[in-house]
Amino acid sequence: MSLLTSLARLRALDEGIAQPIATVRHFHLSQRPMVFIPLKLSGEAAAPLAAMLGSDRERPHLFVVTQPRNRDLRFAWTAEVAGVLLPYIESFTNDTETVERRNADPYERALDAPQIIVPNQAGVAFTRLLGRSTRFRSTEGPYPVPESVPLLGRWLTYFAERAAYPGSSLMPAATEELGRHWASGQSGLEDANLAALLGWITTGPSDEAEDPLIWPPAGPATDPGFDAEVLAPAIESESAERITEALRTQLEPTWRLMWQAIDLLAALPEGASVAQRWEQDRGSFSGMAVHISEGAPPQARRDGAVAAAAKLARMERAQAAYDVQRAYDDPLVMAEYRLTGEAFAGEVVETVPDNTEGEGRSRKLRPLVVIKTDDPVLLPPGTSLGTPQRRGQGAELVEAGQGLVTLKITKGMGRGKTPAPGAVPEIGERVCYTSLTDDFQGSPALPEAEATPWTHGGPPQEYVPDDEDAQEEWS
Amino acid sequence: MSGLKREGDHVHRLEALRGITPQQPHDARAIAALAANPGCTRRALMDGAGIDKDAAARHLGFPAPFGQSPFAITRGNMFEALVKADGCAELLRMLRELLGLPVAEVSYHDVENVGAHLRHAHTRALIDRAAREGQDAGTLYDHPLLSLDIAGHTAYLEPDVVAFQLGGRFHIVEIKSFAVIDGQADPSAVAAAARQAAVYVLALRNLLEELGHDPLKVSHDVVLVCPENFANRPVATLVDVRKQLAVLRRQLTRMTTLDRLLEELPDDLSFDLRPDEDGRPTRPVAELADALRRTTARYAPDCLSACDLCFFCRDEARQEGASDLLGRQVRDELGGVASVAEALGLADGTRDPAEGQEEIARLLRNAERLRRECLN
Repeated sequence: MSLLTSLARLRALDEGIAQPIATVRHFHLSQRPMVFIPLKLSGEAAAPLAAMLGSDRERPHLFVVTQPRNRDLRFAWTAEVAGVLLPYIESFTNDTETVERRNADPYERALDAPQIIVPNQAGVAFTRLLGRSTRFRSTEGPYPVPESVPLLGRWLTYFAERAAYPGSSLMPAATEELGRHWASGQSGLEDANLAALLGWITTGPSDEAEDPLIWPPAGPATDPGFDAEVLAPAIESESAERITEALRTQLEPTWRLMWQAIDLLAALPEGASVAQRWEQDRGSFSGMAVHISEGAPPQARRDGAVAAAAKLARMERAQAAYDVQRAYDDPLVMAEYRLTGEAFAGEVVETVPDNTEGEGRSRKLRPLVVIKTDDPVLLPPGTSLGTPQRRGQGAELVEAGQGLVTLKITKGMGRGKTPAPGAVPEIGERVCYTSLTDDFQGSPALPEAEATPWTHGGPPQEYVPDDEDAQEEWS
Repeated sequence: MSGLKREGDHVHRLEALRGITPQQPHDARAIAALAANPGCTRRALMDGAGIDKDAAARHLGFPAPFGQSPFAITRGNMFEALVKADGCAELLRMLRELLGLPVAEVSYHDVENVGAHLRHAHTRALIDRAAREGQDAGTLYDHPLLSLDIAGHTAYLEPDVVAFQLGGRFHIVEIKSFAVIDGQADPSAVAAAARQAAVYVLALRNLLEELGHDPLKVSHDVVLVCPENFANRPVATLVDVRKQLAVLRRQLTRMTTLDRLLEELPDDLSFDLRPDEDGRPTRPVAELADALRRTTARYAPDCLSACDLCFFCRDEARQEGASDLLGRQVRDELGGVASVAEALGLADGTRDPAEGQEEIARLLRNAERLRRECLN
């Protein structure tokens, strides 16, 4: 957390209402999001209890496991959930565009992709476990399950993994996204409570948000008091209707909160780089869809060494790009870098638009710009700079001191003798420059999986599904 | 541990703090939690005096937000019963693999068979004999009862199982019902189990030392038994608890230095709940709250998952407008500016920085300028 966010939290606490820490929305919000609120049985790793889900806020689906310790009922529940989620996911695979690639065959990319929104990080973690516990199940032999169960398991695994990918919007958690855009007057720990965080953003804090009788937890864990006083007797009674209605009371409030969160986030204008990141999400989704249609085996229990290293490198690059893109998209995020001296903003006070460097054929246009700023500039001369106002341009810091910064534009000026209109900032224009740049970083050279060195366990065994996976015991 | 010896005055003062409220016995979980917020004087005093913080919080109208689901309790008991069934047969199978216990020569002692009041003495005798004879046979002690001195009071502790193996080492066995899935478990659950097991390791080491044996015969590697994947089949893992042991020792030693804290307290201060015959507290709530407020708490949001008094202290921090409410990160970033009003005053420029606050004041003013510029 930066000092800027800390200050916003202090202000929120003082004023009794959350403060914005972003001026645009930094994630893609689907026109047709799927809200998914799973509940699990306390004390079990991945025993589903119920889920409320759907893409129509007026008509949520509620599926309940009326005897959570019964293996068959659990898989029947998973099949019910698959009956809603799979058609939703598959509805995005038909409309595609052809993407040309350099040095590779063109591929088909979905024009739009599914977006499954869960209440919190614990919801993502439970989705991952649900995926893990179902993707290896077999449709024949002992303990057969419906065909949709292992298929859903693979998709849930994919979505939960993608949620860990910086900047991805395929499976956002509501509390995370709200917390990225508003600073509440409570701690980060307390922000994990959806009702409490939404309270801060809309009407101000209230103790009701922490009262499980008024706002039940947003899952996947249920309130222990509810378990003891309502759910346990209901399960004891063996009345499916009673159990279903009991769980409905725990899910409906969160259902309303989820759509409220979506409305709040939808009201923010979308950041300029969001479409680019969503494009990557669409590409990734299409890749997964192809993978499944080609009959590839379910995701392995653990990544091999090379696959893990490659994944980590991809995530690091995505994180770096995400940080830079958010700063370029949003002056309030850029302000954090201005505070630490990695960026500065101010008014142009002087320009030399036709300044050149070199002689004869190597003569190049290098306009000079002098900016007056109140920001503390800690960048040394020679630093490469970029600017959100002219994203194609690159500049270099010449000198800085006494509130004045001189820079020269080094990239994106074209070949002409005079700059194109608008290419050089005018006197009086407000501009911002930063040393943050989203330069392409090559991927690290990693060996082929078959050439994994012995230090990393040697080549991984190829995954072959066997009966043991399918027969994995279930308590 | 000589630092844990009784010190007359200080014990007397702690007893006065508690008044007629019966002493709350510490269990391993409570002792492990002592190390959670070492800077909190209020907690140190209440724990030292053995006050039931949960009862106090309830009486104050700020009941703790904890509770365990009956499903989780059932599941925990079921799993423990499964591991311990038939004389710990399942446990033995795992220990053989993990620690190399000899197959044939393993005996099983259920200490509970001797009756509750004798359990501690019986455990002592059994452990003494095992350590003295250094027999080759592996032995499992079920339901042992250990003790540990906490600020002058004896706490009795019940580890799940103590295993004694070939080569003369004792291992604490901790049975937990959270799952290990593909070799990975919830890190916070593992950390809590490790902290709890460290309490048992320390208690057993103290016992050996008292009996004149080498305390290091108790291994710092505890055996954590959890269900594997989604089934009930248990899997055992060794967990090194040296770090947790060090933290625990430091904290327990610190508790014996309560004298300094006690000296600063007014003589008439008491945390007594004044329970009636049925154990219901009768002390006026305002009076108790007032007594608590005369000791300094160090509230942090982490308290919400560790301390029964958390809601009371959070309410106090709110009334004081303390920046602690926002978490340690914010507090650290503010570098010694404790109150919200002070920090905002520095940011607005309506308050002049005190000595040493110039740097943070400059940063806050700058941050305020930037926020205004971007939001207008």
